[in-house]
Amino acid sequence: MTIDLHESGSVRLLGHARRGFSGTVHALKGGNAESSLSAAELESRLIELGFVEGAHVEVLHEGLIGRDPIAVRVENITVAVRRREAMAVVVI
Amino acid sequence: MEAALYNIVLVGTPNSGKTSLFNALTGSRQKVANYPGVTVERKQGFFVTPRGRQVSLIDLPGTYSLRGRSPDEEITRDVVLGRAKGETLPELVLCVADATNLRLAIRLVLEMKHTGRPMVLALNMFDIAKRRGVTVDVPALSAALGIPVVTSIAVRKGGTDELLQLTDTIAAEAAEVARENDWRPHSVAELRATQREADRIIKETVSLPARPDTWTARVDSVVLHPVFGLVILAAILFVMFQAVFAWAQPVMELIAGGFELLGQWVQATLPAGLLQSFIQNGVISGVGSVIVFLPQIIIIFLFILLLEDFGYMARAAFLMDRIMGGAGLHGRAFIPLLSSFACAIPGIMATRVIDNRRDRLTTILIAPLMTCSARIPVYTLIISAFIPAKQVWGWINLQGLVMFGLYVVGIASAMAVSALIKFFMWRDDAPAPFMLELPDYKLPRLRSIAIGIYTRAMMFLQRAGTTIFAMMVLIWFLASFPQPPVGATDPGIDYSLAAIIGRFIEPVLAPLGFNWQIAVALIPGMAAREVAVAALGTVYSIEGGKEAAEQIGTVLATKWSLATALSLLAWYIFAPQCASTLAVIKRETGGWRWMWITFFYMLALAYVASLITYNIARSLGAG
Repeated sequence: MTIDLHESGSVRLLGHARRGFSGTVHALKGGNAESSLSAAELESRLIELGFVEGAHVEVLHEGLIGRDPIAVRVENITVAVRRREAMAVVVI
Repeated sequence: MEAALYNIVLVGTPNSGKTSLFNALTGSRQKVANYPGVTVERKQGFFVTPRGRQVSLIDLPGTYSLRGRSPDEEITRDVVLGRAKGETLPELVLCVADATNLRLAIRLVLEMKHTGRPMVLALNMFDIAKRRGVTVDVPALSAALGIPVVTSIAVRKGGTDELLQLTDTIAAEAAEVARENDWRPHSVAELRATQREADRIIKETVSLPARPDTWTARVDSVVLHPVFGLVILAAILFVMFQAVFAWAQPVMELIAGGFELLGQWVQATLPAGLLQSFIQNGVISGVGSVIVFLPQIIIIFLFILLLEDFGYMARAAFLMDRIMGGAGLHGRAFIPLLSSFACAIPGIMATRVIDNRRDRLTTILIAPLMTCSARIPVYTLIISAFIPAKQVWGWINLQGLVMFGLYVVGIASAMAVSALIKFFMWRDDAPAPFMLELPDYKLPRLRSIAIGIYTRAMMFLQRAGTTIFAMMVLIWFLASFPQPPVGATDPGIDYSLAAIIGRFIEPVLAPLGFNWQIAVALIPGMAAREVAVAALGTVYSIEGGKEAAEQIGTVLATKWSLATALSLLAWYIFAPQCASTLAVIKRETGGWRWMWITFFYMLALAYVASLITYNIARSLGAG
């Protein structure tokens, strides 16, 4: 499955994005992820890794089992994150 | 006022090149210890500035913020704020940033400014940044942040000159004055605002190249490939295993031979008696049996540090996360568990990379189940004595198959224990998050690696010289006292406390098919697993120690049933037969509790496994 960049204007969760997806962070919703962290803590950690609104993100790699975890380019660094936690990142 | 030690602390995000800057500034003048009560490494180094100022530099654990999410990060926060027990308030905070990757570092600097401590920012790896086309308007950045900013190249001679001069100026003129501390943990909104502010400053003062580092991207397209990535990981592991077992062998034999010669020299020089026995059997062979693992430990750490410096470790964790996750383990537990195949001690030491305490404890608990190299002599002895060297299915050697089986049982049981721990102790919790930066690849620096190996080897030797030595003396004492009566014909150990204990616990071990000789051998075997081989030789009064292994095997084959031999193999997969490992667990977990938990759960597993093995073997006619 490939993602048509021209049609990716719709809002989606980074946790659902496939390899090749490229977009920007729209919002952080810690409550979206079934994480062991509280919504506020998860959002804090995501911000500390550079996920702020407007940041450019691109899914570079996927793991073997369940395409999890994912390696995401956030501006100029690469971050590995499980899909479970990536559900907190709303992207456009 | 003059000549007082000037206290600087080093703060930075993970992968900022903090440690290489620390090594560049302090060289080998480093002291590694633990902060009191926690297992966080305290790295302190010393250097002298061009104007002769004595400086103490503390390398604080890497962190993205001062919120203190893990024991490591709490230490960083407490030391910076002067709250840490036994630490003085730093006179200067040296922030390190990777010049190619400033976003997260500038946010940390902005947060750190709230602490009011005098601060300097060093833009490290400035050479790489230049080569990639990153240009930084240093004066403008300094003005925007309100702190002095210098560039540094930790890995090049003279690359820290500017930083040293600045330190002198600040120290001499007290140019940077401390302000009030109004730091408190940032809320989500404040974090977001700070990151926005950092991004704004970067936009105004830094120009980034159009093309990011394509080298890292190209390597990653192969290394992080779902299939090829795992193949490459397996290949790296294969080389690492080969190195640990094959390369270390000659050196280990040399060390073992050296200690044996030393022992023989003592035997020849000192008059026969207690002192001779103490020095030869207690001190020399005891400490020698531990130091013999030093080559393996050095090779393991060489690989770990090389892969870490290169930037591969984070990738290995990425590749293994889901695979390990099936057993309730964190991706970062992979390397520590792998190291445990050589020896559980470096494995347990390496669990420090796991920031979640639960995940770290689980990893420490199961690390001793990985088949370490000290089990090999015991396995080899029993297998060669009891398992016929015949071929099964035409091409597989039965002895090799049994050996392989013992490894598999070890791994499988470690995974099962981990899954059980997760199920019983924290089943309702979602797994700890796996969020980690995959740093750009960098060529490892030999000097940095050499310093890293040196400090770890020293830590190991220090332990061999203290805790492990004390254990060895205790075990020697048990095996030597009381002395045999005059004119006794049986081996001395038969009259000792070890034999008394052995006979005492024999009824407990009898259902496993163990006789009292095995029970006695298990006691010195607590020092290190392979010592049991020599101890069996002693109780069956075979002269010649380790070289007589073949001979011991022949004797054992006539004295034990196959069921007993298989039962002992099962025992050795699980039994906590290693005082050094237990000592390291106590140290790394900061108390006795987890050490005893490890001891008793492994003992219970060993007992049950041996009981089942013995009875099945007997019912199949091997009794």
